[in-house]
Amino acid sequence: MLQDQDRIFTNLYGLQDWGLDGARSRGDWDGTKAILAKGTEQIIEEVKASGLRGRGGAGFSTGMKWSFMPKEVGDRPHYLVINADESEPGTCKDREILRHDPHKLVEGALIASFAMQAHTAFIYVRGEFYNEAARLQAAIDQAREAGLIGKNACGSGWDFDIVLHRGAGAYICGEESAMLESLEGKKGQPRMKPPFPAASGIYGCPTTVNNVESIAVVPTILRRGPEWFAGFGRPNNTGTKLFCISGHVNNPCTVEEEMSIPLRDLLERHAGGVIGGWDNLLAVIPGGSSVPCLPQDVCGDMLMDFDALREVKSGLGTAAVIVMAKEAFGRQTDIIEAIQRLSHFYMHESCGQCTPCREGTGWMYRVMSRLVTGDAEIAEIDALEEVTRQVEGHTICALGDAAAWPIQGLIRHFRPEIENRIVSRKAAIPAAAE
Amino acid sequence: MSGGGIAAEQPASFAFTAENEAKAEALIAKYPEGRQQSAVMALLDLAQRQHDNWIPMAAIDVIGAKLEMAPIRVLEVATFYSMYNMAPVGAFYLQACRTTPCWLRGSDNVIKAIRDKLGIANKQMTDDGKFSLLEVECLGACANAPVLQVNDNFYEDLDYAGTVALLDKLAEGEIPTPGSTSGRTGAMPAPGATSLTSAGGGAGATGDVGED
Repeated sequence: MLQDQDRIFTNLYGLQDWGLDGARSRGDWDGTKAILAKGTEQIIEEVKASGLRGRGGAGFSTGMKWSFMPKEVGDRPHYLVINADESEPGTCKDREILRHDPHKLVEGALIASFAMQAHTAFIYVRGEFYNEAARLQAAIDQAREAGLIGKNACGSGWDFDIVLHRGAGAYICGEESAMLESLEGKKGQPRMKPPFPAASGIYGCPTTVNNVESIAVVPTILRRGPEWFAGFGRPNNTGTKLFCISGHVNNPCTVEEEMSIPLRDLLERHAGGVIGGWDNLLAVIPGGSSVPCLPQDVCGDMLMDFDALREVKSGLGTAAVIVMAKEAFGRQTDIIEAIQRLSHFYMHESCGQCTPCREGTGWMYRVMSRLVTGDAEIAEIDALEEVTRQVEGHTICALGDAAAWPIQGLIRHFRPEIENRIVSRKAAIPAAAE
Repeated sequence: MSGGGIAAEQPASFAFTAENEAKAEALIAKYPEGRQQSAVMALLDLAQRQHDNWIPMAAIDVIGAKLEMAPIRVLEVATFYSMYNMAPVGAFYLQACRTTPCWLRGSDNVIKAIRDKLGIANKQMTDDGKFSLLEVECLGACANAPVLQVNDNFYEDLDYAGTVALLDKLAEGEIPTPGSTSGRTGAMPAPGATSLTSAGGGAGATGDVGED
């Protein structure tokens, strides 16, 4: 279990002052000038060496991503865009950073921007996080006031500023190229790649998009050393990680733990265990709504990291653990409706640009709705599965995939449940007619 | 655009107040020169806040002129994002999360409490215009589910009785402190922290850049 001395987000619950004084007492902004003095290459090397993989869901190496930016600044300025559009159902970790530890993000933004030779970072905060955005803006203003950002940030000779941009309710803007469109003042519809943002991002300029948590851990990694961070978790799955635990546990919470922690340990140590005990566990969605659910028998020795979850055809995603018990709050959990509600989510959030996703998400939701009531034919389960395959991989962005995977997970693990409902529904109809 | 569509009855004109005019200029100035279109979302938000929480069509034209955008491009943005209201909403705009993490924790009870107490269902407004309800997708506070957003504030860890109590206070004009309604601290486990319990804090506090 991770020790408190190795936790990065030491004000996760907001018990201490979120402001500059509090942040400094927790070690933020300590020797930032010396960190910048390491130089861009050294910083990128250390971030690579830490093994940090992007915390926004895809899990791509953060240091590697940074190294894709042009080495020299040409006629187009470089930009960093920080994704605080936290909207993946189950995910509520960046919110805690924004409201309780905003200086970690501001300091990380400076370091990351410097490493990529960007003078400006945009932080895109989901619109519903109004109070959180206000808190972050206050932290940015404090840092500017104290000379930590702005002209000659931290006395480093580097000019740097942050623009906070509020979203307005669109899950799709968490997709990096949709976010760039949105920042440019357009509908948030994803762009075709290539060109990738590092070649042509916001305003056609080299841009890197990183998640809040990825950026906020960077200052501590550079202070403690990459080997310290790499010492947690399994190889290729290193570091500490914020886990958001929601659903049918006794004590839902957000907590920082070591990567690769066993799922059961995570739930029992921090979330008070599954409601009704481990044997009452029905399924877990281990990484936010987009990843396929896992049934109880797989969860017993499951490790919470990128590779382990991938092996069982799911994913760590944003490390948002949604727990479903067989029975909770006096009722049986309907796993089909749990997934059907996710289908509704994707239908609502599809940007409408690609036909397979625009039409497919609605079609999948309507079939899922009939599977909830049982008003369907058994053969439709296969038809639904087939449609998810037709949507998956046939759209510009991954929203189509994200809409397909939860349904695929449901059919893979809970097919008898779906069939039983159809059969009982059919049996009930003649009885009702008598 | 939220659930209400574009209002049939529209005011003849819209103008930013002097104070908001200054705010708009400051918002535009945040972006690089020639990139004023980036401020369209912020200006739509500003117009909505000025105009009883909904955006009249006249404001679309005003914003378009200000940002040198065709009005249709502004309208496109206004109707794409769910937080822009193109028709009136209640003075207390209730947005109840219905997505799976909230549903698992009883979001149905929150919605039922609103229906029982106020007599409104999804996309409806009370006759006095005081409350309106929209069932929304994930609000991003899942460890504190179920969540109800009231204007800019989140109310968390709700149940039926907690929702009724919240609505009672709002009806009396009181704005309760946002956050958990069950007395929890942030997203900490309800019975108390299972981490960050030792004195002196964690990793951030001990590092010294000079050592490596």
